[in-house]
Amino acid sequence: MLQAILVSGVAMGAIFALIGVTYNVMFAASRVMSFTAGQLGMLGGVLGSLFILRVGVPVLPGMLLALGGCALIGLATEIIAVRPVLKALDQHLYVLSTLAFALMLRQFTAIEWSTEPQPFPTLIGLGGGFIDEKFWLPVAACAVTIIGLEFLYRRTLVGRAFVAISEDNFAARALGLPERNLRMLSFALAGAIGGLAGFAGGELMLAFFENGSVLNFYGFVPVALGGLGSNRGAIIGGLLLGVFQQAANFLVGGLFVSVATFVVFILFLLLRPQGLFGTGTARRV
Amino acid sequence: MLGYGALLAAAVLLPFVADNYWSSIATRAAVYWVLVSGLNLIVGFAGQLAIGYVSILTVGAYAFCILPAKLNADVPLAVLGSILFGAVSGVIVGLPALRLRTFYFAMATLGFATIVTQVALAWTDVTGGGIGLPAPELPWPFDTSLGFYVLCMAVAAFCTWMTANLGSSRFGRAMVAIRDAEVAAEAMGVDKKRLFISIFIFAGALAGLSGALFSSLQSYITPDAFTFDLSLLFFIGVLIGGRGSIMGPLLGTIILTVLPEIAAPLVAWSTFLYAVLLLAIVLLLPGGIAALLDRTNRKALTSGRSITPDLSRLSALLAGAGNAADIRLSGVRLSFGGVHAIDGLDLLIQRGEVHGLIGPNGSGKTTTLNAICGFGHPQEGSVTMGGAPLVMGKTTLRARAGIARTFQTPRIVGEATVLANVMLGGDVSGRATFVEAALNLGRNRADERRLRARAEEALTAVGLGGLGDVRADRLQHSELRFLEIARALMLSPSFLLVDEPAAGLSPEEIHRLGALISAIARAGVGVLLVEHHADLIFDICQRVTVLNLGRELAAGTPADIRAHQGVISAYLGG
Repeated sequence: MLQAILVSGVAMGAIFALIGVTYNVMFAASRVMSFTAGQLGMLGGVLGSLFILRVGVPVLPGMLLALGGCALIGLATEIIAVRPVLKALDQHLYVLSTLAFALMLRQFTAIEWSTEPQPFPTLIGLGGGFIDEKFWLPVAACAVTIIGLEFLYRRTLVGRAFVAISEDNFAARALGLPERNLRMLSFALAGAIGGLAGFAGGELMLAFFENGSVLNFYGFVPVALGGLGSNRGAIIGGLLLGVFQQAANFLVGGLFVSVATFVVFILFLLLRPQGLFGTGTARRV
Repeated sequence: MLGYGALLAAAVLLPFVADNYWSSIATRAAVYWVLVSGLNLIVGFAGQLAIGYVSILTVGAYAFCILPAKLNADVPLAVLGSILFGAVSGVIVGLPALRLRTFYFAMATLGFATIVTQVALAWTDVTGGGIGLPAPELPWPFDTSLGFYVLCMAVAAFCTWMTANLGSSRFGRAMVAIRDAEVAAEAMGVDKKRLFISIFIFAGALAGLSGALFSSLQSYITPDAFTFDLSLLFFIGVLIGGRGSIMGPLLGTIILTVLPEIAAPLVAWSTFLYAVLLLAIVLLLPGGIAALLDRTNRKALTSGRSITPDLSRLSALLAGAGNAADIRLSGVRLSFGGVHAIDGLDLLIQRGEVHGLIGPNGSGKTTTLNAICGFGHPQEGSVTMGGAPLVMGKTTLRARAGIARTFQTPRIVGEATVLANVMLGGDVSGRATFVEAALNLGRNRADERRLRARAEEALTAVGLGGLGDVRADRLQHSELRFLEIARALMLSPSFLLVDEPAAGLSPEEIHRLGALISAIARAGVGVLLVEHHADLIFDICQRVTVLNLGRELAAGTPADIRAHQGVISAYLGG
C-alpha cells in the first residue's frame, strides 16, 4: 500500500508542482498571480485528447499542438487580462481580470467540449502496474521542465533577461531590455508548462473541464507552501502535497482529504504567510 | 434616495402587474441580495476578495433544513440557527483576511467553498448526501408565493437599510480606508481586527439568513443547488455595481439574476457572460454602475482655487487635547538588516513648539517618525510620551494617545469625499457600537453629527472649506497635503508629526502652510516637522535637529543650526 501511496502521490504531486511552476513563471514576469494557471493544465489535457483522439493526429505532433495551444492561451492571458491592469494603481484588479479570463476558459470548455470527463490517449504504452506511464510521465515532465528552466535561466541570454525583469523591473527597462516582449514570452512559456502538466497528467486526470478549478487550488498550495516565486519550493511543496493527499485518501477516505488539505493549508499560511523559502515583507511607510 | 424609492415602489407594484414567473424571479433576486448586501461590505467596502461566499449560503440553507428534521426545531428557531451558523462560518472564512493578501485570501475562500459542498455531499447521515433534504414548511402567511415574496422583499429592504447605515457610518469609512489607505487607517486608530470580525459576523449572518430563505425558495436542497456559479453571481454582482456603493451592487445583483431569464438560450452561457461582464468592468469601467449613477462628481471644479486657512478655528478644534508634556526619544537604535537607519538618537518634542527634523535623504527622518508612530520597531532605546513608554509596534494605539501624523505621499481614500476622509480622523472618538451603527440608533446619529460638524470646522481651518462634498481624488496635490492636516486635527492631537508637507507646494502655499503649522503649535500642540525646505524650517521652528546617517549631527535653535559648520558642509551647502 505504501508503494501505491508513494507512486500515485508523487505523480499527482508532480502535476501540482508543474502548475505551481506555471504560477511562478507568470509571477516572475509580471508580479501577477493568475487564476489561469490551473485552466492551462486543464486545457493541456483537453487539447491533447482533442488533437490525438478526436482529430487523429499522432502523439508527438499532437503534443506539440496542445502545448502550442496552451502557449497561445498564456499569451492571451498576458494581452487580455494582465497588461491592461499592470499600470493601474489598484493591485486587486489583476485578481479580477485573470479570474474573469479563467472563468471564460472554463465555461467555454464546459460548453464546447464536454461537462463529463473524456478519455485521454495512451501516449507511449510503456510499463504497467506501478511503473505505468501514467505515473512516471508527470514526474518525467516535471524533471524535464525544471532542468529546462534552470538551463534557460542560467545559460541563455533570454533566460537571464527573464531573471533581470523579475528581480528589478525598472532597472531592467533602464538597461534597454524589451520588457513587454519578455513578459509575453514568459506568459507563453508559462502556458506551455501548464499545458505540459495537463498533458503529461492526462492519463491520470482525463480531459475534464473541472480539472481547471482543482489544479488552480492544488497548484497554488505548493506555491504558498514553498514561497512565491520559488520553483524549488513549488516542487517540494507539490510532491509533499501529492503524497499527503494520497496517504489521506488511502487511510481515511475521499471526503477527509480535501478538508485536511484545506485546514493544513490555511493553518500553514496563517503561521508562515511568506512560505518555506519566501522572504519577509516589505517596509510599509 | 430616489433610486431606493423607485425600487421599493417597483417591488410593491410587481405582484399586481406581473405574473408568478416574474414574481418568483424577483423573490430570487431579493434572496440573493440579502447575501450580497453583506458581502458588499466585505468586497466593496473593505476590499477583501471573498469569492467563495456560496459556502455560507450552503451552511445557512442546510442548517435551516437539518435543525427541524434532526432536532425538531420549529421554523423561527431554524432561521435563528441559520443566522448563527452563517455568522460562525463568516468568521471562519474571513479570519484569514487578517493575515493574507488579495490572491491568497481569494484562494482560501474558494477552497472553503469546495470543502462545504464536499461535506454536504459526503456526510450522508445528516445532509442526505446527493439526494438532499426537504426544506421545512413556512408558517402562514409565508407559505403562499405572495406571502413569501413579501417576506423576502421586507428582509431585503431591511438589509439594504442596515448596510446603507453601516456604509455611511464611521465603520463604513474605516472599511474603505483599510481598503485604499491601510496605513493611514492604522495611524488614525482604526482597529482592523475588531472591525473585520464585526463585518464577517454581520455578513455571515446575512448569508446564513439568505440560505434559509434560499432553501424555502427551492423547497428542496441538494449540493447541486449550490454551484460555484452562484458564488460568481454574488461576487461579480458587487463588482459590477461598483465599490463603496449600496445602490450599485443592488442593481448589479438584480441585473445578474434577471439576465439569463430574459433570453433562454443564454442560460448555459450565463457564467461565461458574468465573466465577460467582470472583465469589461475591470478594464473599462472600474467604478461600476455606481460611477455611472454618480452625477455630482462630473461637474467641473472651479479652477484657480486657493487654500486660505482660517487660523481662528484652531483653538476650538484643539481644545480637547490631552496633557502629556513631551515625547522623548533616548538612545533609539533601529536597523533594517545591516543598515542602521537610526543609530542612537535622542530627541525631545515639547508641546507648543515646532521641532524641525532635517537631513539628507536616507538620514533617518521618516524612520524616526515611524519609530514614534509604532510602524518601526527600535532594537534599542526608549520612546516615552509624558514619561510613560509608548508600546512599540502598536500603530493603532497612537491615535488614542493623541499622536497624529501625515505622510510623505498623502494617503487618502480617493474614492471617498473630502469630508469623509477628514471624518476618518475622528474615528477613535466614535461612541456607537457596530450594531448601533447598523440600526442607526441615537448614539450613531450623535457621532455622525458631531464628526461632521468637526470635520467641516477642520476643513475651514486648513482652508479647504467648500470642498467637503468633492471626491478626494479630484483635488490637487497641494490640497491633499492640507487635507491630511485637517484629518490629523480631528483627533485634537497633543502631538502632530508632519512628513515633508511642503513637497510639491508653491511658494505661496508653503508660506500659508508655515503659518498654519505655527498656529497649530501655538494652540498647544507639539509639532515634529520633517522637511527639506530649509527656509520653512528656519522660519517656523523653535528647535531643529539635523540628522546625518542616522545620527544627530547638530541640534539647537535655527540660528545655531544656520551657523553650524558641520551642517553647512553636510547638508545646507553654502
